[in-house]
Amino acid sequence: MIELSDICRTFAVGGQEVRAMDHVCLAIGAGEYLSIMGPSGSGKSTLLNIIGLLDTPNSGTYLLDGRDVTSLGDEQLAATRSLKIGFIFQFFHLISRLTATENIELPLMLAGVPARQRHQRSAPLIDSFGLGNRRHHRPDELSGGQRQRVAIARAVINQPAVLLADEPTGNLDRSSGAEIIELLEELNRGGQTLVIVTHDPEIGERARRLVRVVDGRLASDSGG
Amino acid sequence: MRSSDQLHFITTSIRAKPLQSFLTGLGIAVGIAAVILLTSMGEGLQRFVVAEFTQFGANLIAINPGKVTTMGTPLGILGSERLLTLEDSEALRRLPQAEAVVPMVQGNVEVSAEGRTRRITLYGVGPEMDRAFRMQVGSGRFLPPDDPRLARPFVVLGDMVARELFPGENPIGKRIQVGNQPGRVIGVMEHKGQILGFDMDDTVYIPAVRALDLFDREGLMEIDVLYRDGYQAEEVVAGIRRILVNRHGQEDFTVTTQQQMLDVLGSVLSMLTVAVGALGGISLLVGSVGIFTIMTIAVRERTAEIGLLRAVGATRQQILMLFLLEGTLLAGLGGAAGLAAGFFCASLIHALVPLLPVHTPWSFVFFAEILSMVIGIVAGIIPARQAARLDPVEALRSE
Repeated sequence: MIELSDICRTFAVGGQEVRAMDHVCLAIGAGEYLSIMGPSGSGKSTLLNIIGLLDTPNSGTYLLDGRDVTSLGDEQLAATRSLKIGFIFQFFHLISRLTATENIELPLMLAGVPARQRHQRSAPLIDSFGLGNRRHHRPDELSGGQRQRVAIARAVINQPAVLLADEPTGNLDRSSGAEIIELLEELNRGGQTLVIVTHDPEIGERARRLVRVVDGRLASDSGG
Repeated sequence: MRSSDQLHFITTSIRAKPLQSFLTGLGIAVGIAAVILLTSMGEGLQRFVVAEFTQFGANLIAINPGKVTTMGTPLGILGSERLLTLEDSEALRRLPQAEAVVPMVQGNVEVSAEGRTRRITLYGVGPEMDRAFRMQVGSGRFLPPDDPRLARPFVVLGDMVARELFPGENPIGKRIQVGNQPGRVIGVMEHKGQILGFDMDDTVYIPAVRALDLFDREGLMEIDVLYRDGYQAEEVVAGIRRILVNRHGQEDFTVTTQQQMLDVLGSVLSMLTVAVGALGGISLLVGSVGIFTIMTIAVRERTAEIGLLRAVGATRQQILMLFLLEGTLLAGLGGAAGLAAGFFCASLIHALVPLLPVHTPWSFVFFAEILSMVIGIVAGIIPARQAARLDPVEALRSE
């Protein structure tokens, strides 16, 4: 479903060229549960951003569902992100002035889905994620675990092809973190393709497939 | 994104920082209020002056001695011109379109009666003056149609002069001293009030020939011709020119129609309105700098939010629109508040100082509101483009 081949990404930092992705090839199939690990600065976030179409590689090809997405324009990239990618971040990235429901429905709102249909899709998610009594609360009235569940609900509301989680437990205590990982794994058991970037070996090793990134290269791949 | 959702998204953002939003709106509000207030006063003044002028009717033509060239210098100062005389005034009566012809001399003079003395404005006029200027005689009658060279020393009093000189009694038939000339009161005008600052009640009217004598003048200051309805002003002016040029041998006089006076006055007053409006516009400019500043700060503060919106599928265009609309809405709300404030101040001034004319045309209201929204768009465009250009990866990292 995701096929990265020969991906290179360089950044200019202080006049010097830094190679964040160095001829990376990676294929991820539908329904996989993959974790990406590596020391900080190894390029694992860059890899995630490229998969999530937030960043474009300098060279190489990226096929998403068989379609080359390396040369899409802004509109098409945004549309593809909206339909196929679900992002989860370490710092949740909820909009503080919107309620939990509004945050969850944000991707649908941007896509121009009418309110009635949005509610039809958000309501079951809110219930199954245990947010039923928090739907009209704003993020600052929610616990860290609840915030991340709102963020996950927002990521999956468009039934994306792949769910990308960047250190999803990095800002949570152990028990909330464990709950979040369980929720993500449950989604994966339901068929959701899941990619988690983490530096926590305990989480990384739970995944069915573990990819290690060092200096912009894939150092090891337990599956593939 | 649906416009109702856009609006919701923007209003939550405006409400999330009430003080900031209020101050931004205030900048525009003050500007709009100033524009509305100042232009209302300008427009009010214009209407007031025009109304004052047209109350005499639109069929008046004034003839003054001396030829005013386009440069505005009367050639008369060169000494070649002849004076306008009572004979000229009489000659103009032959004009078929003329309904009334009024010779006019004006000056200040001391009047006294029964031991009381006042210094007032005196008009030496013809017997048709009341008709020409649509003035009403309160009691008695206006000056009789005597031979203009030998008019009898009758005096018509303004309402106020009558009350001051003859308190509690009927002045008709009483003796009165006008300057060095004795006279007899034959009429009192109705209360008229002020016209363009001239008190029409604190006045006396005597025959023009007597006034020429009194002020030791050779010529009239003005001749006013009232022409009958249904004639063109140009036609009457041509007739006047023909008669006077015949008599003087040259055009050494100036003919001004009511319309010309109104045109000149109107253009001066319109410029005044534009000038005061521009003055208010300066405060609008300051307000637009406020919008620019706040929106620039907002983009900085909300970088992470912009990154997130991009991550969940917003295009650059959508980001641009959201910020642009936010600036426009803020400016629009500020403008509406300014309109209300300006309108309120204008009404307040009108209520407190009834003499100061205030008028707010709806076109100004509409224009001011559109202007405030245009300012919002213009001031918001640079920050909105900054927001749209942000790299989503960088933006997300900013939190």
